[in-house]
Amino acid sequence: MRSAAATWSLLGVLALLALPWLLAQVLPAGQAQFWTANILGRAIVFGIIAMSLTFLATYGGFVSLAQMMIAGVAGYVLAIFVDGAVPRIVGGLGYSLAVPLGLVAATAMGLLVGAISVRTRDIYLLMITLALAMGVFRFVETNIAWFNGYEGIRNVVGPAMPGFDVRDPMVFYHVALGTAALLYFGVLYLVRSPFGLVLQGIRDNPRRVAALGYSVALHRIAAFGVAGFIAGCGGTLSTIYNIGISPGTIGLGATVNVLIMSVIGGLGHPVGAFIGSLIFTVFDTFAATIYDRDRFNTLIGLVFLVIVLVSPDGAIGIGARLRRLLAAGRR
Amino acid sequence: MTIKISRRVMLLGSAGLAAGGLAAGRIAAPAIAQNAPIRLGGLTTLEGPFATGGQDAYRCIQMELERINHTVGGRKIEFVRESSNAQADVALARARKLVEQDNVDIILGPLSGAEGIALRDYSRTLSGKTIVNGSSGASDTTLRNPSPNFFRFSTDGTQWMAGLGRHVYQTLGIREVAVTAGDYAFPYAQVFGFNLEFCRLGGRATHYWAPLGTTDFTSQIAQINRSNAGAIVVVHGGTDGLAFMTQYAQAGGNKPLIGGSIMADQTMLSARGPHRRVMIGMISGGPIADVIDDPTWRDFVERYRKRWLNEGGFQSPSIHGVNYTTNLYGILHALKAVDGDLSNNQAAFQQALAKAEITAPTGATVKLDHNRQAISDIFLNRIEERQGNAQVVAFDRARAINQTLGMPEEQFLKLGAPSRDNPGCVA
Repeated sequence: MRSAAATWSLLGVLALLALPWLLAQVLPAGQAQFWTANILGRAIVFGIIAMSLTFLATYGGFVSLAQMMIAGVAGYVLAIFVDGAVPRIVGGLGYSLAVPLGLVAATAMGLLVGAISVRTRDIYLLMITLALAMGVFRFVETNIAWFNGYEGIRNVVGPAMPGFDVRDPMVFYHVALGTAALLYFGVLYLVRSPFGLVLQGIRDNPRRVAALGYSVALHRIAAFGVAGFIAGCGGTLSTIYNIGISPGTIGLGATVNVLIMSVIGGLGHPVGAFIGSLIFTVFDTFAATIYDRDRFNTLIGLVFLVIVLVSPDGAIGIGARLRRLLAAGRR
Repeated sequence: MTIKISRRVMLLGSAGLAAGGLAAGRIAAPAIAQNAPIRLGGLTTLEGPFATGGQDAYRCIQMELERINHTVGGRKIEFVRESSNAQADVALARARKLVEQDNVDIILGPLSGAEGIALRDYSRTLSGKTIVNGSSGASDTTLRNPSPNFFRFSTDGTQWMAGLGRHVYQTLGIREVAVTAGDYAFPYAQVFGFNLEFCRLGGRATHYWAPLGTTDFTSQIAQINRSNAGAIVVVHGGTDGLAFMTQYAQAGGNKPLIGGSIMADQTMLSARGPHRRVMIGMISGGPIADVIDDPTWRDFVERYRKRWLNEGGFQSPSIHGVNYTTNLYGILHALKAVDGDLSNNQAAFQQALAKAEITAPTGATVKLDHNRQAISDIFLNRIEERQGNAQVVAFDRARAINQTLGMPEEQFLKLGAPSRDNPGCVA
């Protein structure tokens, strides 16, 4: 069954690889580019951030609302240190150094969030991670010297080499897809490793795991560190996609959006994050076209409500439900 | 097994979504032919703290487009509306959608400062498209690193304060003020413009900053009421301004008020509450007033009332509505000048925009400087009670104010960008 899942995942990635060419065949040039960069590309970037939450929730049982903030930490560190950003805060580093620095910072922030929240669970964990996220958000919004306040740091255009310019939508899409695939298979591998098995043990019964001699706290903090790294990858990509970062990117709205993506996609498997972010991105982009411009948020809300009502385990749960229904019908 | 099925569902689902998108794409085929309609994308905020201003912007645009029967230079104009929530990344995502999915030729927007800077940066990555500002008023958008295809026919936050500092110091004789302002680009620009005159004459200002979206100003108000300030300069926008004024009135405040440009506006005055009492008599500077002794303005207001008073409009058009209209006039003027010709990557159209000399709805003449930024008239206003309504009445008018308030550009740039650490009070 495991290998079947991996095969399907590989097929999915291959299909996504081919999709831009397919879109270019059937859509006018401008629209194919829009779908590639601004629907699929954006969905993949947000999917990575949502997957860091799904990873924690599915295999550790921790619902963290700090993931968007951690993604923002990577974005801000990148924007602070990279050359060419406006205004120049520190600058002086190329992307080859600034991006890893951002990822290290996000991992460290992940570990910090994990360490601070290590004794909490359920609703209390939710609250403490939300508080941390809002604290960082408010700090970033009011600090001018390091984060340039409300306006944020602009002009983070991304690395460009001859033949490889991240501003080219095709290049960006494939970089995002490659990153997402690596992280996705990385997560699938990790959860079958001894570390991942202990993590799932902690989810099911932390006391028994502790009795077996494992350190529950350390495993929890490490899991938050891994999730921090994943979120950091998403934050880096989103900063380059947005040509910069401002506090709005990590505000309450963005934090909740990541949770919505994870929940409507389904918290049962990492792929749910990407399905959720695709559904979210499509509705976020087109709701105003489909429905009254002044009230389109109502439509977005209704769609999400329906998904969660029909299938409490999200979009990936709908598949399981359908299969069970069909099986019952056949009998 | 669940996993296997879910993957299949994912593929099916994305295929379905893609198919839906294709269908939508087919309907909105791009306008390439020269006699096809010109697609004008509107970007304003229908969500968040500036929602009322954004709604009014669309009212004014719709009214003006209806007046010319959606036709200019022999071509139809199709107006595509989008909405942001005053956040830079949301504005950017919507602008990308307008350009790439809706295939607009020109974007008219956005409304707030950080969005303006983000869209200016985005405009640099576009060729053959033009972004004309809506109502965003951060000075850096056009002053530093301007973009060749970003135009602004509305004046910026610094310009709007022209003459106010001098009036407070010389005419009102106030030597010390408390400045309470939002902690972001637009209020920085406004405070900078006020201080440039006020501090230079010898006045002293103490600053109190609060982030956008602040709802509780009580501690700030307590500090201000205890201070020696002879007047309060209030530079908040949207719901923040309303919250400050309401709490100031409830705290029994009685110092004279000097307002930023989006404080003295119908979006504020038409809201119910105790703030209306303290706001009578408030002095402010800005690109518009409710009552301006000018036939162009009287005509515009009359048409606005006739069209919108029964459909949720204000007593008088808001500052955002007028700014969007001024920028729309710039677009329409240039489109007429080139007979709707957007070929050759809009080169002729952009040249016509740069050379355009128009009359704003307020009756002010507008032309652009070398950074494609408006040089126009600024009004000094007082809020008066007229026929039971609070109204902003213009009592003075400074003509042809440029972006550096008459200072040589080099000297002005040396002062540095407005920020909370650089509010313009330099000796």
